[in-house]
Amino acid sequence: MTDHLLSLMTFFPILGMVALLFLPKENGNLIKGFTLVVTIIVFFISLPLAFNDVFKTSAGMHYTEFVPWISVGEFFTMNYSVGVDGISLWLILLTTFIMPIAILSTWHAVDKNVKGFMALALLLETAMLGAFISLDLFLFYIFWELMLIPMYFMIGIWGGKNRIYAAVKFFIFTAVGSLLMLVAVIYVYYYAIQSGIDMSGFSITQFYQVAIPAEIQTWLFLAFAFSFAIKVPMFPVHTWLPDAHTEAPTAGSVILAAILLKMGTYGFLRFAMPLFPDATHQFIPFLALLSVIGIIYGALVAMMQDDIKKLVAYSSVSHLGFVMLGVFALNLQGLSGGMIQMINHGITTGALFLIVGFLYERRHTREIAQFGGLAKRMPIFATIFLIMTFSSIGLPGTNGFVGEFLILMGAFESQLRWFAVFATTGVILAAVYMLWMYQRVMFGELKNPANEKLKDLSGREIALMAPLLLFVFWIGLYPNPFFEKMTPALEQLLQQVNGTEIVAMVEPAQIQLPELK
Amino acid sequence: MENLVQEAIANVNFAAIMPSLVLTLFGMAILLVSVFLPRGSTTPVAWLSVVALVVTGFVSLGAWNNPEVGFYGHVALDNFATFFNIIFLVSAALTILISDDYLRREGYPVGEYYPLILFATAGAMWMASGTDLLTIFLGLEVLSVSLYVLAGFFRGQLRSNEAGLKYFLLGCFATGFLLYGIALLYGVTGTTNIADIGMYFAQNPAYISNIMTLGGVGLLSIGFLFKIGVVPFHMWTPDVYQGAPTPITAFMSAGPKAAAFAGFLRVLLLALPALQPEWSTMFWILAVLTMIVGNVIAISQTDIKRMLAFSSIAHVGYALVGLVAANEIGISGILFYLLAYTFMNIGAFAVLVLAGKKGEDNLTLDGMAGFGYKRPFLAVAMSIFLVSLMGIPPTAGFAGKFYIFAGAVEAGYIWLVVIGVLNSAVSLYYYLRVMVYMYFRDPAEDFGWVKMPAAAVVSIVLSVVGVLYLGVLPGAVMEIAKLAIF
Repeated sequence: MTDHLLSLMTFFPILGMVALLFLPKENGNLIKGFTLVVTIIVFFISLPLAFNDVFKTSAGMHYTEFVPWISVGEFFTMNYSVGVDGISLWLILLTTFIMPIAILSTWHAVDKNVKGFMALALLLETAMLGAFISLDLFLFYIFWELMLIPMYFMIGIWGGKNRIYAAVKFFIFTAVGSLLMLVAVIYVYYYAIQSGIDMSGFSITQFYQVAIPAEIQTWLFLAFAFSFAIKVPMFPVHTWLPDAHTEAPTAGSVILAAILLKMGTYGFLRFAMPLFPDATHQFIPFLALLSVIGIIYGALVAMMQDDIKKLVAYSSVSHLGFVMLGVFALNLQGLSGGMIQMINHGITTGALFLIVGFLYERRHTREIAQFGGLAKRMPIFATIFLIMTFSSIGLPGTNGFVGEFLILMGAFESQLRWFAVFATTGVILAAVYMLWMYQRVMFGELKNPANEKLKDLSGREIALMAPLLLFVFWIGLYPNPFFEKMTPALEQLLQQVNGTEIVAMVEPAQIQLPELK
Repeated sequence: MENLVQEAIANVNFAAIMPSLVLTLFGMAILLVSVFLPRGSTTPVAWLSVVALVVTGFVSLGAWNNPEVGFYGHVALDNFATFFNIIFLVSAALTILISDDYLRREGYPVGEYYPLILFATAGAMWMASGTDLLTIFLGLEVLSVSLYVLAGFFRGQLRSNEAGLKYFLLGCFATGFLLYGIALLYGVTGTTNIADIGMYFAQNPAYISNIMTLGGVGLLSIGFLFKIGVVPFHMWTPDVYQGAPTPITAFMSAGPKAAAFAGFLRVLLLALPALQPEWSTMFWILAVLTMIVGNVIAISQTDIKRMLAFSSIAHVGYALVGLVAANEIGISGILFYLLAYTFMNIGAFAVLVLAGKKGEDNLTLDGMAGFGYKRPFLAVAMSIFLVSLMGIPPTAGFAGKFYIFAGAVEAGYIWLVVIGVLNSAVSLYYYLRVMVYMYFRDPAEDFGWVKMPAAAVVSIVLSVVGVLYLGVLPGAVMEIAKLAIF
């Protein structure tokens, strides 16, 4: 059973999708219920990962599976090679955890072509899990691209007014990046072969062994980084995100924010940085600068939004900037902060999108000016919303604080000290735009008569938010269970990225003869 | 005199032309059968043609790893020819399956249609197995003449007439170029046999840069490039593709194109390997031009047939990338890609054939609005074909592009590959737009006229299976393609 745990987890949604196709089209609730059950089962399949203490001590890959897949003579082999370590562990669990919540959130929101929506959601879950467990670059690429199609349809069919523009933009932005990555993948493969390494497939653990000269690394890193930066999204290639988020249906936004964006950061951690350590060091100041610009720019733009969903979308740009800053600090605090902040962002922003969805379902508008004084009508909603707002700001006691504190501390202790100083303003700005928005929506007098009869959260909606609330406080008050399982893997990553730099510096090609004077 | 006859008879080797022979005989028999059938009943003829193609398929497969040479070395049925024969047969079969109801709808249920496709296929086979420039020329003519007729088959329709005439006039020009090229090469080397030409240049390298050689290669290339539809010899494609009967368009974009590639590959790789630096540079430029022109013009098309025509130009550009690389993986990548393209492009056209009204004026983007909700099966199939044309995994189009680009990377043409993938990115836009209209727009039509004839459904299902099989498990076919090259 545990031998094939990852495959079972990854492909169970697809099996569910096939079964789903045989359900009657008219019975929307049956289809939703069935999908919910499938995603919950997937969550329980993935749960043993969370309780396995092996991640506390070992940095390597676990639950590995290896099946030869495509083999073309001496040209190519591609393998179905999967595994999980302390880095992918939490993203996998985040995926399986968020999916049922996202599905449950569609109960009233999606009523058109329910079957299609659910089929796409399940396909998407397989693609996302597949990308997180892939240990073969080719396999990763397949899953990476496979994610595009369901999300494209989700935005395009079930989205808002401007959905077509948003869907096409999302698709093209992401695909352009990944096509350049594909060229780099092929190039790395041939480079490895030509430098005499007996590659079995596009295995990343083998690619890690390849010593690539710094000037080639530069180009390859750029190709990878471009692709991942679009997905994160980093400034200035973030422009697809506000459109996609605003137009996507609530469940789509939740999945997009909570999981798809993490693909970009995960890509940096798993591929771009350890594969090209020299280039990583070379580009850190530049990328850190983009991250800080993203933090401040995202926050400033968020402040000016009059649409709540857009505000949350831009806050994502800001939060992901924090994650990237922590990652580029290249020390344990920064990296762990970045990792935990990825999870935090998934939980908090996912929750905020759900909250926006609740409002939209009731009032069919997301304009801040339409609301005001809701706190009196909807006390439970107000409480949950407030907690999530605090979590997004990073108030101590909530998960956001842990992540942002570690990131800023890590960045401050690294070469990015001044970047950290500027990034800190992002925390203040976050407080400004979140609290201001909260105040305008929830407090004050209830002036708009349309808001008079708003109902407080239903049992289903509270059930949706409860698990998210649990994690807000769990990570906020006692994050150790999370950290202790990611630390070995992160230490190994640091060694790969920082260690090889020292080795590379004494490589013959790098030594320049002193000029004779 | 008697000796000559005996020698000639000794050189006759029917095994070397068996597939095309079988197909031609079937074609002639079917032509006769159709005469005795009542006017308008073409269904038996269509099914007979499919039988003919299947039988020929088995005959062709028998030649795998069992090469036959005959007719003074003019014809060789080697693995290369067999691989291409299968491509031609598949494209002909998929085409015929979508034709029957279409011809009746458009008001031309004429039996000759099917034998013409069979003859075109036989001509394509001679091109693939021709080891002499003249055999290739002969094959090209048989193929082209059949296609001229087929393109103008709807004799009462202006567009179809235009397509036929345009194709005929420009095609004649191109064949003229080809013949000139052959003549010049003959003038230099004293032979039209491909292997002998290669040997001659190997032994007399001084003649490689001879003006007559270069001129001959240039003219020869123009002839082939015209048939393949490479920029700047692509001008005929959009009009002909748009005007010709849709199944014929589907066929032309797959089978005959592959045939021209087959002949061209054999000439380049066996007769002119000495000039590889020259033609690699030439194709580098042409590949870039072809990809860019095809993709950029396709963006502004609103007629889907025309859009696919321009996109087929772009796809030729991708295939040329493999030719630039000219290494094992690049060339076998081309073979793989042509097969993949056969499935995805004919599949896409098959959906259009079913979605069209009489006269096909509704095959525009607007005409497809909401298609996804009214005809879910066809729309899902169309989406799979479009995704494959974009080159997104896990489809055949991705695997094919991957191999071709990998070949070019291996050969060191990184920038060409970068241009190639950026072009793929451009193509996303216009392929996606079809999906946008099918799924994201509200239905304007009821699509009540769309019938689902069994034969066409078979064709579409086969294409979907082909696209997904080649996409998910490309290894086996790629292995075969590798054995098929020289």
